[in-house]
Amino acid sequence: MKTKLKVATTSLAGCFGCHMSLLDLDERLLQLIELVEFDRSPLTDKKHLGQCDLGIIEGGLCNTENIEVLRDFREHCTILVAMGACAITGGIPAMRNNFTLEECLAESYLNGIGVEHAQIPQDPELPPLLKQVHPLQEAVKIDYFLPGCPPSADAIWQFLQALVQNQPVRLPYTALHYD
Amino acid sequence: MLNTIHIDAQPVSFTPGQSIMQAARAAGIYIPHLCYHPGFSPYGSCRLCLVKIDGRLQSACTTLAAAGQQIENNSESINANRRMITQMLFVEGNHLCPGCEKSGACQLQAVAYFLGILEPGFTHLYPTRAVDASHPAVMLDFNRCILCELCVRASHQEGKHLFAIGGRGGQAHLIINSASGTLGDTAISATDHAVQVCPVGALMPKHQGYHHPIGQRFYDQHPINQVGDANTITTGEIA
Repeated sequence: MKTKLKVATTSLAGCFGCHMSLLDLDERLLQLIELVEFDRSPLTDKKHLGQCDLGIIEGGLCNTENIEVLRDFREHCTILVAMGACAITGGIPAMRNNFTLEECLAESYLNGIGVEHAQIPQDPELPPLLKQVHPLQEAVKIDYFLPGCPPSADAIWQFLQALVQNQPVRLPYTALHYD
Repeated sequence: MLNTIHIDAQPVSFTPGQSIMQAARAAGIYIPHLCYHPGFSPYGSCRLCLVKIDGRLQSACTTLAAAGQQIENNSESINANRRMITQMLFVEGNHLCPGCEKSGACQLQAVAYFLGILEPGFTHLYPTRAVDASHPAVMLDFNRCILCELCVRASHQEGKHLFAIGGRGGQAHLIINSASGTLGDTAISATDHAVQVCPVGALMPKHQGYHHPIGQRFYDQHPINQVGDANTITTGEIA
């Protein structure tokens, strides 16, 4: 029997929408689980990343922890996939790139509507924010891009099938979208 | 044969005075473009319609058809150029498709789909640009402007002369012909052709949007080479 592909997934500066789309595979998840074994992923709750064949990353880079996790994935995954608009372009979180970090923090924590006990969070456990949000390929090499906000379950399914069967990835027209 | 050109080896007849783009469109052949519109004189700024004419790269919208031309259009190498040009258009602005109400009917996005673009290819510039929301009926989001000059040409044709491109090179930008330099001071209206002709989501009528659910938008089911340009369709049909 062919050994299962080891797959890890994570969400960085994303909304977990891409992972929800992955769950939208519905009963196909049962077929998927015959082909792959999940390592670190929100689906398994494993905290440490082992050596993997495939890493799938949702979300861009907005803080130093995101960069650390991304580098860890690059180191441990043979193939790394940027999944969704945020991973590929920075996405909606990158809308803050038009403002300074100071302006963003002040708007959220000092001057925002309904803010009480206004203060900017400074807990040492919180990873420092980057000045701007960046897509993954600006920090490490990315092997495949799967656009969409989120990519549909069908797109994810076709993508994974092609990858598992070592075929070229070709999305049909209706599966390729940026929103 | 007299008055015949060949596009990807297919014979295409033309009438003297027609550009290669016009002859191709009349024959139902798609040449990717963003700044070309049949209602206006060609501008040649977006460079997407670059084709190889007898071995030389030239824009199809500004080059006249001439008997005997051998034109390479839908080839891998020409489309590779077009992919790079389109990727550069994306990274030099702030094109956030998930948050744009033009998404699904946007010609920049549709051309990128046609070319099969999956990734930005270049480092995002994330320029700091403003949104002009000063007019009650029309908004102008400079983040999405690709400098196609269609609003400039349309506004001239309408006799309003509201827009121009100012600056050079990387500093080029759309400027507004009003005392304050903002849209609110102009006589623009949401039904102006200058607004309707914007191929992206830069000039948009206010108080509407998301009329069509995802799946039913202009480019959701069929690519731009089959359904054509959203900005040549009657007002109010798309967006």
